[in-house]
Amino acid sequence: MAGFLERERIVAPPGWSRWLVPPAALSIHLAIGQVYAWSVFKPPLEKGLGISGVASALPFTLGIIMLGLSAALFGTRVDSKGPRWAMVVSSSCFVAGFLISALGLYLRQYWMVVVGYGFVGGIGLGIGYISPVSTLIKWFPDRPGLATGIAIMGFGGGALIASPLTNQLLSAFGGSGANPDVNGIAETFLVMGLIYAVFMSVGWLLIRVPAPDWKPAGWDPAHAKTGTLITTANVSARNAIRTPQFWLLWVVLCFNVTAGIGILERAAPIYSDFFPDPTSPQALAAAAAGFVAMLSLANSVGRILWSSTSDFLGRKNMYRIYLGVGALLYLGLTLLTNTNKVLFLLISMLLLSFYGGGFATVPAYLRDLFGTYQVGAIHGRLLTAWSTAGVLGPVIVNAIADARIAAGVAGPGRYTLSFMIMVGLLVVGFVCNELIRPVSERYHEPAQEQPGTRTEARA
Amino acid sequence: MTTHTENTGRPISPAVVVLAWLWVLVPFGYGLYQLVLKIPALFGH
Repeated sequence: MAGFLERERIVAPPGWSRWLVPPAALSIHLAIGQVYAWSVFKPPLEKGLGISGVASALPFTLGIIMLGLSAALFGTRVDSKGPRWAMVVSSSCFVAGFLISALGLYLRQYWMVVVGYGFVGGIGLGIGYISPVSTLIKWFPDRPGLATGIAIMGFGGGALIASPLTNQLLSAFGGSGANPDVNGIAETFLVMGLIYAVFMSVGWLLIRVPAPDWKPAGWDPAHAKTGTLITTANVSARNAIRTPQFWLLWVVLCFNVTAGIGILERAAPIYSDFFPDPTSPQALAAAAAGFVAMLSLANSVGRILWSSTSDFLGRKNMYRIYLGVGALLYLGLTLLTNTNKVLFLLISMLLLSFYGGGFATVPAYLRDLFGTYQVGAIHGRLLTAWSTAGVLGPVIVNAIADARIAAGVAGPGRYTLSFMIMVGLLVVGFVCNELIRPVSERYHEPAQEQPGTRTEARA
Repeated sequence: MTTHTENTGRPISPAVVVLAWLWVLVPFGYGLYQLVLKIPALFGH
């Protein structure tokens, strides 16, 4: 008998609804998306423990690094063991991160927060992020962009839930304000860990994989959409990273993310520099918070909107839009500066929707290029581009802005050079996307063997 | 080897699907509402 976590145990019987799979995926992604709301913990930790801003950012930074590393390292295991195993491991690590952090704060041992939330929780982020991707693609062969877009929108939306929830818990336990109680912050971590344990359990209880011969009602694979890039063959994760297509897509994702993070990471200061309010600092802070909120919304909506559009327009065309139109929009932002606030908002929102769309469309692009065999593992390896962009984007924008501020430059001029660099990166990404061709047959797996039993093609 | 699944093969009730979606959409809606509350300040000055 197959174990509770094994793939064989969760093969869906006839009559199972595939529409239960997206909520299962969202139960995981909405939870782990909490990482983007880490900044809410920063002021209480800094005031309560007397630590620096750099130190309070450590758990987040380590968490993002571990996300990329664990997705790359465990991707093949996630594909072989199945989504329930991955979701249970992800939930255990993510929740353990909160519980270790709570204990660390009670004991006044901040290193336990760094190790707990950053290292242990970060492993949960990486495994959780890729856990439902290949399953969704198999359940929705007719709409892979829509299916993965829903899940990855959840990762963007996780912070929308976690941010107000964290604020309310901190306030209820006395962990906020000028003199936050460190035990109150610890209780917030403890309660959030318990909430996420319950919330994520629906994911691993509901998740099912389709039977090998299953296909959507009325859908004929023979009449499925085909294109020059869409393959019916399969490529292993080991062989995928030997193809130029993988590395071209790596650059595409890396530069698309870098360009989005360029605005996202410094959103509030960018708004304040573009549209300073001479009447009241409070009104300016509230407006900047509103700008950040609109960007978050655009990021989330873009994930499902553009990814599902890719099912009709094709993946390569969508990246032409993200990168080509994105470069023009950045150029527009540089030339318009602060002359028109509505246009500034529209351009910024479109750019952030492309950022989110780039994340959400990439699993379906991988499916088109490499097939479904080890698409989760290939996706995991590609996410190292995200980790790289997570360093590259903020470094470019912040370093240039800091240098301009030191030189006495005020207003939008602080960002002209960094925005022009973003235009250049997006153009390079556009060229890389143009160079992507179908994967050579020598990398394909033998067609007659079944997934899980076959040996890898020798390329 | 016998493959064990956790279901009997009965069709899934639409109510289960609705409940599963509510499980994720209710908290997401709460987050969205909290976010939308911040947007008017953007046009208030």
